[in-house]
Amino acid sequence: MSGTGVTSGIGKLVLRRLLFAVPVLLVVSFGLFVLAKASPFNPVERYFGVRIIGADPERVAQIRENWGVDKPVVEQYTAWLGHAVTGDFGDSLSLQQPVAQVIGDRLGWSMLLLAVSFGLALLLGLALGTLAAWRQGGWLDRAITSGSYVLEAAPVFWLGLGALFIFAQQLQWLPGGGLTDADQALDLGQLVRHLVLPAAVLAISQAPWFALFVRQNLLESLTQDYVTGARARGLPDRTVVLRHALRTSLLPFITLLGARLPELISGALLVETVFSWPGIAKATVDAALNVDFALLGGLTLLATAAVLLGNLIADVLYALADPRVGFDG
Amino acid sequence: MRTVVGLVLLAALAVAGCSVPQQGPAGPPSIVIGAGQEPDNLNPILGYAPDGAAKVFDGLVDRDAGLRLTPRLAERLPEATADGLTWTAKLRQGVKFSDGTPLSAQDVVFTYKSVLDPKVNSTIASRYDALAEVSAPDDSTVVFRLKYPYAPFGQFLTLGIVPRKAFDGQDINSAPFNTAPIGTGPYTVDQWRKGDRMVLKANEGHWDKAPAIKTVTFVYVTDDNARATRMASGEFDATVLPPRLAGTYTGKAGYKLVRNPSADYRGLGIPSALPFTSDPRVRVAINTGINRQAMIDTVLAGAGKPAATPISPYLTEWYDPAAKFDFDAGKAGALLDEAGWRLGSDGKRAKDGRPARLPILYPAEDSLRKDLALAVGSDLAKLGIDAPVEATTFELMLQRQKETAAVWGGGDPYDPDSAAYTLLHSRYSGQPGYVNMTLYNNSQVDAALDTARRNLDPGVRKQAYRDFQQAYMADPAWAFLVFLDHTYVMRDKWNGIEEQVEPHDHGTVHAVWWNIEHWSPK
Repeated sequence: MSGTGVTSGIGKLVLRRLLFAVPVLLVVSFGLFVLAKASPFNPVERYFGVRIIGADPERVAQIRENWGVDKPVVEQYTAWLGHAVTGDFGDSLSLQQPVAQVIGDRLGWSMLLLAVSFGLALLLGLALGTLAAWRQGGWLDRAITSGSYVLEAAPVFWLGLGALFIFAQQLQWLPGGGLTDADQALDLGQLVRHLVLPAAVLAISQAPWFALFVRQNLLESLTQDYVTGARARGLPDRTVVLRHALRTSLLPFITLLGARLPELISGALLVETVFSWPGIAKATVDAALNVDFALLGGLTLLATAAVLLGNLIADVLYALADPRVGFDG
Repeated sequence: MRTVVGLVLLAALAVAGCSVPQQGPAGPPSIVIGAGQEPDNLNPILGYAPDGAAKVFDGLVDRDAGLRLTPRLAERLPEATADGLTWTAKLRQGVKFSDGTPLSAQDVVFTYKSVLDPKVNSTIASRYDALAEVSAPDDSTVVFRLKYPYAPFGQFLTLGIVPRKAFDGQDINSAPFNTAPIGTGPYTVDQWRKGDRMVLKANEGHWDKAPAIKTVTFVYVTDDNARATRMASGEFDATVLPPRLAGTYTGKAGYKLVRNPSADYRGLGIPSALPFTSDPRVRVAINTGINRQAMIDTVLAGAGKPAATPISPYLTEWYDPAAKFDFDAGKAGALLDEAGWRLGSDGKRAKDGRPARLPILYPAEDSLRKDLALAVGSDLAKLGIDAPVEATTFELMLQRQKETAAVWGGGDPYDPDSAAYTLLHSRYSGQPGYVNMTLYNNSQVDAALDTARRNLDPGVRKQAYRDFQQAYMADPAWAFLVFLDHTYVMRDKWNGIEEQVEPHDHGTVHAVWWNIEHWSPK
């Protein structure tokens, strides 16, 4: 395939996916409104918080009316959609701020955490998975495999609290949360120090899945004819594993990266809570508990777009890595 | 050899890492507070800190450690006319907002009018139900006109005053002011990174005097265990912790454990409409059969006081010492027998073939209420009452108010009216929302609450609340369980800490740091 062919192939794929994204976003956001409507939580009561006890029923009814929460779901949805297409996502009712500002303030911090953890998880997963497959059956393999299963099963918040206890409280090597020390201004050094624990916890919680996956695929590749062939030609073990077997076994890995994104995001929600990371996690939980339609809508669109984008990138990478696949997916 | 070098490096790292970070060169005094709850906004109109201690704002009045009202932006305590319908406040001269604009009576009028504005989503509007009109005859006088005489009104003048200019052409519900406010208070907001921390700086131009602690940083950590860990790692100077976690600091050098009393109750609302509990004797039996002290000792690690009515025993001005239910399972059983609910051969009570059944609901996310619900359930089971305990949401607790009991919480120490009136007056029985959830109806209670609300004479009010407590004890609508003590851990390096009875709500505002503007380093 020629260079221009590849470019136009990618272009077509992106265009097709964008067209496909429109109905997906519509369906997901509408589904969200229906779900939120059916939720047992009452947004006005959540807004009052502890002050709902004893609040005058007329005042509560007045705010219900101001918010229009009793309007039919279709009417609320179309009103929201009408504004959303113009880029106006409305005001968050629970945080008394425009939704764009709520998300804008937090998104960067979440992206930073996600990107660093994802990168770290990938590296860890690749390295450990390859090592385990290479030394299949040895003590290293057994340690990595069983360690991975244990970590897979451990809840993220549990890992987080454990890390906090060891590294922040007992050893006092690293700060326990937030973006900066309480009395410090935000700078790179502070940020890096504060990023280490949450990013490491999130990465370690995600890495086992990658490690096990790489190990499995690599083991399969190692039994293939071309690997046996390479070995027969007397190539060093290292070259056989890294250049021949690992390369082919990485293909399915790429597609699954996109599918792994939702898992990563939900892990990030827990990590952000434990480490008081000022990302979108807390806003998401608040939005859901408060049935904050505007904020929920904005966040859902964002998450859906992230997953679609992740899949698109994975597909492009896959096609680039294996020319047989092509761009018609 | 390599191993040795490695071990030495590791040891060096451990030593360096373990040393507690020392305070840097003495800068201006500052404090770092680990708080559990973050405010949604900082706008008094929408409901931020309506009971004073607002840090960034001043109200017309505020409260001292004994909860007595003290003049703040008002020159002296506002007074009511003899009919109780008009309250007048004279403003202090020369007060400026932190942006330099002088305070005017128009700002006070704007603040109160906005709270009442139906288009503004204020969570505190119902407190000002009695307020008909607020006006400013001149720049330093504010006149409040009420619809009916309302004695507690003076208590609600603690609301922080905002500069009207800041809202020109803005929708109050989503104004930038809500996160970056301007007030006359002892502190200004330097930075608020939502979900992480808020930094307050001393307002050097404050009309009273500038605070000695120049920087106050609130770090928001929702999780109790995470907060405890970060307190232990030396990051915080003070934090709020549940009694058991706080207990680990007992006697620890350099730390101080503070236990503040509160009017923050947890109680079991008992449905008056249910055949089993419609008989006052049954409700008295439930109250008598609950071992409150055991609950406090086990669930609360001792940090609480038994409750009988919504009036906290710490409020000595109003509390009737006779208003308490002593635990007596034998007496409770006798009362149930008397009401016709007799023990069957299976150890369960029944009357005319109907079992004595009272399901107990609690909100699933609240572990304290869960523990209390389980304790009540087991006490009731010992009396032969079938009391299954179920986790649910507030909304469902309300929907099932006619057939189930539920663990509720609330309460403030300022005036019994706000804790008792909407909760127990029959006017609110059967109304939608969280008012009189038990559908209680007792004419003596109604009369006493009305007298206490409408009369300005403290003597008459006091007697009315005594009458209320007596009438309620004979016919309790709830089984109020405990008033919680709020527990805090602090580094022992501040002067000026004073105990104040706390309300239900104790995040940034009412907590041991309620008067932080008067603290100074030791």
